[in-house]
Amino acid sequence: MSEPSRKSGIDLPGASGAVGTTTGGSQQSTQRGMFGVSGSGDTSGFGGLVRPKVVPGASGRPYGGYFDEVVDALTDALGGAEGYDGAVRGAVVDRDELTLHIERERIADVCALLRDDPALRFELLSSVSGVDYPEQAERLHVAYHLTSMTYRRRIRLEVSVTAEDPHVASVTATYPTADWQERETWDMFGVVFDGHPGLTRILMPDDWDGHPQRKDYPLGGVPVEYKGAEIPPPDTRRAYR
Amino acid sequence: MSTTDPYAGERETTEGKVYTVTGGDWDTVLGGADPLNEERLVVNMGPQHPSTHGVLRLVLELEGETVTNARTVIGYLHTGIEKNLEYRNWTQGTTFVTRMDYLAPIFNETGYCLGVEKLLGIEVPERATTIRVLMMELNRIASHLVWLATTGMELGALSMMIYGFREREQILDIFEHVTGLRMNHAYVRPGGVVADLPPDTETKIRAFLAEMPEHLKEYEDLLSGNTIWRKRTQGVGYLDVTGCIALGVTGPVLRSAGLPWDLRRVEPYCGYETYEFDVVTQDGGDVWSRYLVRLEEIRQSLRIVEQALDRLAPGPVMVQDKKIAWPAQLALGADGLGNSLDHVKKIMGQSMEALIHHFKLVTEGFRVPAGQVYVPIESPRGELGFHVVSDGGTRPFRVHVREPSFVNLQAFPAMVEGGPIADAIASGASLDPVMGGVDR
Repeated sequence: MSEPSRKSGIDLPGASGAVGTTTGGSQQSTQRGMFGVSGSGDTSGFGGLVRPKVVPGASGRPYGGYFDEVVDALTDALGGAEGYDGAVRGAVVDRDELTLHIERERIADVCALLRDDPALRFELLSSVSGVDYPEQAERLHVAYHLTSMTYRRRIRLEVSVTAEDPHVASVTATYPTADWQERETWDMFGVVFDGHPGLTRILMPDDWDGHPQRKDYPLGGVPVEYKGAEIPPPDTRRAYR
Repeated sequence: MSTTDPYAGERETTEGKVYTVTGGDWDTVLGGADPLNEERLVVNMGPQHPSTHGVLRLVLELEGETVTNARTVIGYLHTGIEKNLEYRNWTQGTTFVTRMDYLAPIFNETGYCLGVEKLLGIEVPERATTIRVLMMELNRIASHLVWLATTGMELGALSMMIYGFREREQILDIFEHVTGLRMNHAYVRPGGVVADLPPDTETKIRAFLAEMPEHLKEYEDLLSGNTIWRKRTQGVGYLDVTGCIALGVTGPVLRSAGLPWDLRRVEPYCGYETYEFDVVTQDGGDVWSRYLVRLEEIRQSLRIVEQALDRLAPGPVMVQDKKIAWPAQLALGADGLGNSLDHVKKIMGQSMEALIHHFKLVTEGFRVPAGQVYVPIESPRGELGFHVVSDGGTRPFRVHVREPSFVNLQAFPAMVEGGPIADAIASGASLDPVMGGVDR
């Protein structure tokens, strides 16, 4: 079957790609300095260090292992290459794991297909979790880890949204187990799951402000005195990032 | 304001109000207009309740003794472990994750370390993997024993609690001997384990292995034939395979419904494919089946521990890469890990390079190539998954833990609604939730 063309998503720069491997990574941003210090003069000389931050980029065919079969079956289920392109932004194969980046409004029906299609049969939604990449425009990512007990396969779906419009379709209709996990992702990252039966906070108190797992939410803590010296709280200590 | 009593009619007389309490007409009772029983009662169980395994709060709507609506409220033990991990280096992470599910610390550590090692792309030495398996299976026995003990206590078998904790204590003694601590070990580190087994560990474990089957028989003698135990567990808290998978329930609860899904067998890690053990299943899908599954899993874990002991060959317990492995075999003291005097002597007196290297590794840590992995392992409660994301730095960018306690607890309403309130305790206990893991 024909290889679906890939759109380059915000998190998938450099989608060209060598066959069977990742493109060897694509640069997301740069890291400056060494000690994570700001606001004081650099006496070490390490402040001038510039290192690229490289994340795995989009992969090309073949993906290897069962990943090709999964993507083929999903393409068929979505009604061919066109349907696939409408729902899937791209695929990343990294460390023997397949990640499919899904359009946020399509995640619910893609999940329904993945569960019900006889060639896919991802019966179990293992995990839903959020990741906050503050440097990206679509900074809030939701990662779904699906398990096929029939074929003993695992894939990851990823959806990304902006912090200003953090709406993702809920998959609770397909996977009831997503109920609490989506509530946790709302609680921690502020991702709104449309269609969730009762999207309330689950770990933090009901009247809490903010979403603690976002990168711009401080860890908090108070300085402690130890043998006369004052130790700052963990998030303001000097650190080697 | 006058109150009217529905069971006692009243009339005004010249002497004052007179009530008729001689009983009413049966018709009014049987007619269904019983004002007292129409009242639905909402009972708040917890968060401080001996039967809710820590700080779990249950909101139960009752009609008489029947639970019509059950809701669970969690978050009382939320400590932000996932957030805290983002502010420590990769090695320090183990000391945080070990505190999540405090009855299965070795599983938390191993799952986390497998995730970090997959990101690093390194293989840990054979001996370290075997020690991890050994410790994990001992931990599984300890965890199941606590389940047996607490569930026994909650259902009225108080002696079971004493026996369960008695044998668990032996395992904790072994853990203390090996890691220096009874709980929260931080023993498994990225790259291997922190220290080799002390010389007489094998003797201690073998003594435990010899003794344990006899104790298991004691438990069975105490519970399996016990009428009360059977009546409290059989047919209670039913959840079939479909229900389990829809709600994401894994582990002994899923196996008690009949599906032989055990990650040690279906997606082996740590070399589990080379060990001989049975995946235990039952087909009842009730609390009784879960009891049988956990009891038999203790036996299977004993088999694995024995095989692991047999194949322990001398060798390193940490990767040889000095950029990842901490540079010393630390001595074990009475209060946990101590110093290595030889190492201190070397870095302080002999080698400046070694001192620099030690300083860099301990304060800065090592860098992990960017990317994300999901590593699932079979904990005593089901699939324990670690979604670990790195941005190439010395600290985790994000660690999410798919905690089986958290996911399994969603099944509580499905198990208890429509049953009596006493069964809610049995059903909740059979899920084996550990609130440290649920709330993280």
